[in-house]
Amino acid sequence: MIEDRPPLARKKVRYYGEPIALVVADSDFTAAKAVSLIQVEYKPLPVVNSPSQALEKDAPVLHEQMILYHLTSEDIYPELNTNICDRKKIRKGDVKQGFAASDIILDSTFTLPQSDHIAMETRAVHARIDADGTVFIKTSSQTPFSVRESISQTFNINLDKIIVEVPFVGGGFGGKAPVQLELLAYMASKAVGGKEVKMINSREQDIASSPCRMGLEATVKLGAAKNGMIQAVQITYLLDTGAYSDVGPRLIKAMIVDCTGPYNIPNVWCDALCVYTNHPYVTSFRGFSHASSAFCIERMMDKLAHALQMDPAEIRAKNALQPGNTSPTQVKITPSIFGNLTACIDKLKALINWDEGTMIEVGNGKVRAKGMACLWKTSNSPPNAVSGVLLTFNTDGSINLNCGCVECGPGMKTTAAQILSEKLKMDINRISVNMEVNTKYNPEHWKTVASMTTYMVGRAVLRAAEDVIQQLKNLAAAVLKCPPEDLEVANEQVSVRQDPSLFLQFKDLVHGYQYPNGNSVGGQILGRGSFIMGDLNLLDQETGAGKSGPYWTVGAQAVEIEYDRKDYTYRFVKAATVLDAGKVLNPKMAEGLVKGGMCMGLGLGSRESFSYDKDGKVLDTSLRTYKVMHFGETPQYLVEFVETPEIDAPYQARGIAEHGIIGIPAALANALSLAAQAELDELPLTPETIWRIKTGGCS
Amino acid sequence: MFALSKRSLIKLNVNQEEYEVFIRPSDILLFTLREQLGLTGAKPGCYNGDCGACTVLVDGLPVKSCLMLTAEAIGKQITTVEGLKDAPIQKAFIEQFAFQCGYCTSGFLMVCHALANRHPNPPDIVIDEWLQSNICRCTSYEEIGNAIRKVLSGTCK
Repeated sequence: MIEDRPPLARKKVRYYGEPIALVVADSDFTAAKAVSLIQVEYKPLPVVNSPSQALEKDAPVLHEQMILYHLTSEDIYPELNTNICDRKKIRKGDVKQGFAASDIILDSTFTLPQSDHIAMETRAVHARIDADGTVFIKTSSQTPFSVRESISQTFNINLDKIIVEVPFVGGGFGGKAPVQLELLAYMASKAVGGKEVKMINSREQDIASSPCRMGLEATVKLGAAKNGMIQAVQITYLLDTGAYSDVGPRLIKAMIVDCTGPYNIPNVWCDALCVYTNHPYVTSFRGFSHASSAFCIERMMDKLAHALQMDPAEIRAKNALQPGNTSPTQVKITPSIFGNLTACIDKLKALINWDEGTMIEVGNGKVRAKGMACLWKTSNSPPNAVSGVLLTFNTDGSINLNCGCVECGPGMKTTAAQILSEKLKMDINRISVNMEVNTKYNPEHWKTVASMTTYMVGRAVLRAAEDVIQQLKNLAAAVLKCPPEDLEVANEQVSVRQDPSLFLQFKDLVHGYQYPNGNSVGGQILGRGSFIMGDLNLLDQETGAGKSGPYWTVGAQAVEIEYDRKDYTYRFVKAATVLDAGKVLNPKMAEGLVKGGMCMGLGLGSRESFSYDKDGKVLDTSLRTYKVMHFGETPQYLVEFVETPEIDAPYQARGIAEHGIIGIPAALANALSLAAQAELDELPLTPETIWRIKTGGCS
Repeated sequence: MFALSKRSLIKLNVNQEEYEVFIRPSDILLFTLREQLGLTGAKPGCYNGDCGACTVLVDGLPVKSCLMLTAEAIGKQITTVEGLKDAPIQKAFIEQFAFQCGYCTSGFLMVCHALANRHPNPPDIVIDEWLQSNICRCTSYEEIGNAIRKVLSGTCK
């Protein structure tokens, strides 16, 4: 977006972990030995260790040459000679008027740390350059086509001379969407005459050198009437993008687009700043900023409920967006675009037994508390994001579904096969989908990100299915001597609607039809399906008005904990999610994705964070100090769905892969704030954090 | 005491087959399995014993193969995920959706398989203790717990 990052640091090193040199050797033993022989002398520079520090008057400027950077999108607004690489705004209604009409105004600040994806497979790449100049990259990536583009742009190589291959990916969570190691691996191969090189991140490099999850500082001012109806909100987000911007500008766009939470707030003022610091640079992470923005707004909702002595569930339901309202970017809300939040809240309340009370004494200094949070998320895909599908048939009538999305866990290739099998009314076991992706042979799929794969690939599958149905009917019509519209396709047969005993099998059509005398007609049937996002647009620079994604997925989540007042410890009891999925296509997978998201959300809420020393050096670079959720620590998970059709989506299905994480840190903080009787506005909520906030750090 | 002072030819028993491999004294078992024997089911995730993705069985007990020298495995029976042939836990993992990306799966399978063999009827605390050795980043762990309980209760054979 902002081309600010050289593959290897030049002249200036901007973060701890930044690659500065490459060593190529015959074995990793030799390479490790050679690395230890490199002597580097650094001249220490002043350090920017937080976004607010980056904005101070005399703060060192990380990128003094920002004016020279190429911008790859028109909607990026760098502020020269500062650490602000982009600013996005919402101006909706009149906040002054809104606050004037409010009976109660609440102010809060929030601090959320950077953290890491911790995909179990660290990032890994192979690269070689063949004798004819063809560059071959095999990588663990969510974005093979972006890798190809990036290699082409950076090293001035024609696209047709670059082949990127991606096998099964061992977890992505957004962390394998950016292009980093691929550039280094190409350089390394180039340095040794094109020989195949292998680069694998150690866990420490994967955490400190490769991009991580955003940090955030936020201030929120919320005004409401006595009856709980919100009148105005004013938000300033300082996104810690680290030393380089990567998708930071798109992250702040995602934050402003959904800055109010799924609530109807008529007057909105929001400034989101993408701020350089000397921290590791950030990239997409499951939820694409929403777990952070939801934390702020959902804590505010609880504070408001508390101040007005209202039920937190009721105040959310009261303010939930309804058809006819508009979003912060002034998109009109309809049931199809938005779904049904109120239904999600109602279902969640039943699921978690909300009405038994949100705080129950269990004796021995312990208390059980419940917290809630709502969520919504739309995508921020570029309007020209494409997805393509090709269908070929085997001579036995079975189908190969060929697409460019990457399989990194959520089972989207199974979903693609399901959609095709439903459309062609045939057995799913007769459809095989390419699992690996090769940019030379597979049609482009923009990126496997943003919970948009089912939507994009699914629509391309449906078009490809239409394409083959038409071809099958045309060929069968010629053979059966009837109009094509009188034919039906099902069970690998094309049959006459009026007399189904007249039919031709796929296997006799898909590679051409042969008459008894040997004459043959037709030829291979090849199906094409192509989809482009289309009717989205860039947001207005001053007001933020515009449409960033095709629809929202909304939901409500809750966490129940048991808190010990004596030592500030707690354990998870339950975590619950109700999502409006539009239509659940693969029930067990859907449940698994939401549960997995909740588990990760509990990790973010309770333990995951980077800490730094005074020089901005990350201190948590191994899984011994950077803690994630483990077996046996997890609560009982409860997942249910509401189904409000998204009328443009394949079989009305909304994206659901990321959403389980979004509201969980907020719901946990709401539960703990209630239990500890403290305002817990930062993460992660370790017992020590709760103790410090509650006591001011004095025992 | 057994000592290996230089690059040597040794014998390893992996999945009930004898292999001869040249190893350095400092080679770890994970490296030998993956790079020399081509058994890539054990996955590197941290080289520090924290994640468990490289777990194999050594004489029936789960061991993180990044923490064991190949030389230490001489004379022992090593089982990798490639040596599990339709074990009940594999079927249970599929039925319970106990994996998503699959990278941690072989490690978890080995731990679960050994647990079911060593403790046919363990209390929850023993299950927790065994499975806390490994990390899964995709699932909620509940699915993995359901899978091992299916095997332990004999409802998945």
